Amino acid sequence: MFAYALMRLIYVVPVALGVSLVCFLLVHLAPGDPLIAVLPPDASAQLEAEMRTLYGFDRALPVQFGLWLWRVLHGDLGTSIATGRAVSEEVSRAVGNTVMLAILAAVIGFVVGVLCGFLAGYFRDSWVDRVVTTIAITGVSMPHYWLGMVLVIVFSVLLGWLPAVGAGPAGWDWDWEHVKHLILPALTMSVIPMGIIARTIRALVGDLLSQEFVLALRAKGISEARVFLHVAKNAAPTAIAVMGLQLGYLLGGSILIETVFSWPGAGFLLNSAIFQRDLPLLQGTILVLALFFVFLNLLVDVLQAAIDPRIKRR
Amino acid sequence: MIEIAIDLVRISHAEKSRGYWMTVARRLTRDPVIVACASIILLIASAAILAPWLGLANPYQGSMIRRLRPIGTAGYPLGTDELGRDMLTRLIHAGRLSLFIGLFPVALAFVIGTTLGVIAGYVGGLLNQAIMRTIDIFYAFPSVLLAVAISGVLGAGILNSLLSLTIVFIPPIVRVAESVTTSVRNLDFVDAARASGAGAMTIMRVHVLGNVLGPIFVYATSLISVCMILGAGLSFLGLGTKPPEPEWGLMLNTLRTAIYVNPWVAALPGVMIFIVSICFNLLSDGMRSAMDVRG
Repeated sequence: MFAYALMRLIYVVPVALGVSLVCFLLVHLAPGDPLIAVLPPDASAQLEAEMRTLYGFDRALPVQFGLWLWRVLHGDLGTSIATGRAVSEEVSRAVGNTVMLAILAAVIGFVVGVLCGFLAGYFRDSWVDRVVTTIAITGVSMPHYWLGMVLVIVFSVLLGWLPAVGAGPAGWDWDWEHVKHLILPALTMSVIPMGIIARTIRALVGDLLSQEFVLALRAKGISEARVFLHVAKNAAPTAIAVMGLQLGYLLGGSILIETVFSWPGAGFLLNSAIFQRDLPLLQGTILVLALFFVFLNLLVDVLQAAIDPRIKRR
Repeated sequence: MIEIAIDLVRISHAEKSRGYWMTVARRLTRDPVIVACASIILLIASAAILAPWLGLANPYQGSMIRRLRPIGTAGYPLGTDELGRDMLTRLIHAGRLSLFIGLFPVALAFVIGTTLGVIAGYVGGLLNQAIMRTIDIFYAFPSVLLAVAISGVLGAGILNSLLSLTIVFIPPIVRVAESVTTSVRNLDFVDAARASGAGAMTIMRVHVLGNVLGPIFVYATSLISVCMILGAGLSFLGLGTKPPEPEWGLMLNTLRTAIYVNPWVAALPGVMIFIVSICFNLLSDGMRSAMDVRG
């Protein structure tokens, strides 16, 4: 177990390096000089040269990458062009909001998805199965940003029950004034993982129930509740793997939902960075979100191996 | 997904006789869900392609006095948008760009991804490592984030969003292609072909591609609905098509401010994305079970 975790950890290093390289190169991919956003249009050639040296743009690309990586490892993601504040500060404030939203959405999606998936898998080809399958395929086919709009139309515009945008008064507290802002975005975000988990669990439970060990258990006269327990234990590693991946997608893909609800998270930050051409902020946000995803995957793999001893032998 | 694709390989090579594709085709045409979905997609696509000749209103011609009319207004069956343009016309015209954005990146990624994956899987060794480890890095990004990042850096525009979507869909296709190719490569008939003197290119073209294309294709079709939603999402963020071009995601974006005036008209473009994406999903599911002989 420990050796497996270590192996996985070592494997993460090149991937994390590659991800950083992609984030670094993204900015160099941008059309136009990266200094354009900083320099006034009538800047003299001397000022331009000075700024170029200051930002290190006059060095060779690999050297720039090395220096940038060194600073990143020390927690320095540069300075936002738009606000003049440290990128790391901006990102860490926003990521907290996104994590809260994503975890809530993942919990809703996981609980409902697992429940529906189990029911559908257990009562294969019954009306329950058909209802769940329909809900699941609807969930995965839904443009979730549109669902967000529809929920706003119903619950904010027509009924006036819940606020349409924002995160409530400054600062976060678990009271109704704040929580009511969380409900619609979390529900909207939960739809895709719900559909995917329900589909996965349904297929998995159906497969497990047709395996010989279930037949053996039933032949021994074990109660159906105990059979269920065996099936659940066998389904758990996959359920966790899918859930972890989905949580990562929620964190990384929050931009659409956060834009719809003006939720002050990392996605919203990314959106404003893009439209203000704030490249350091853009780069920093993407890097943090992508690394989050990489380490979440690592965590899931290790967790999966901890539950299911067969995995690490592969 | 990959496991399913591998299953399909085993089945398709076992049943690879003249009867196999006939069986698949018969199953597809007898499945009412498949037929319904295919008809809906064909209807929307042909309406979009033929839009200029259908005698519809001008999709760019607005009217300041007829803005945001509700659904069912005389002369405007689906109402008008925030600039007084006929919604029905725009929804039909928008199908051109939106369907193209949903299909083209997946098609391109299918070609590139299959090529890379088959080469990696067949040649193996260092080349496999080089291709797959590079792919791993791109696979380590959540798809929405990668698409938004590339589009955001390159700037708004349809070409940039097509490019970013293609890059997003290459890694998953390469992974599937590589794993099915690796499983086919070790089968006896490939050894037999090699023993009878067939070269690497011939084996790849005839024996490997013939057996792996089906499963990879089915996997790629399951990405179309994701691509539709993501592509429209990029336009929704303002990173794709530019106004006044009609496109479902962009229409959803520009109508967003109108939800307090005329909520249901504002929601219409999303309905179109939803219908098309659910049809593609059901089609892909249907194709997978039609190609699965056990099913």
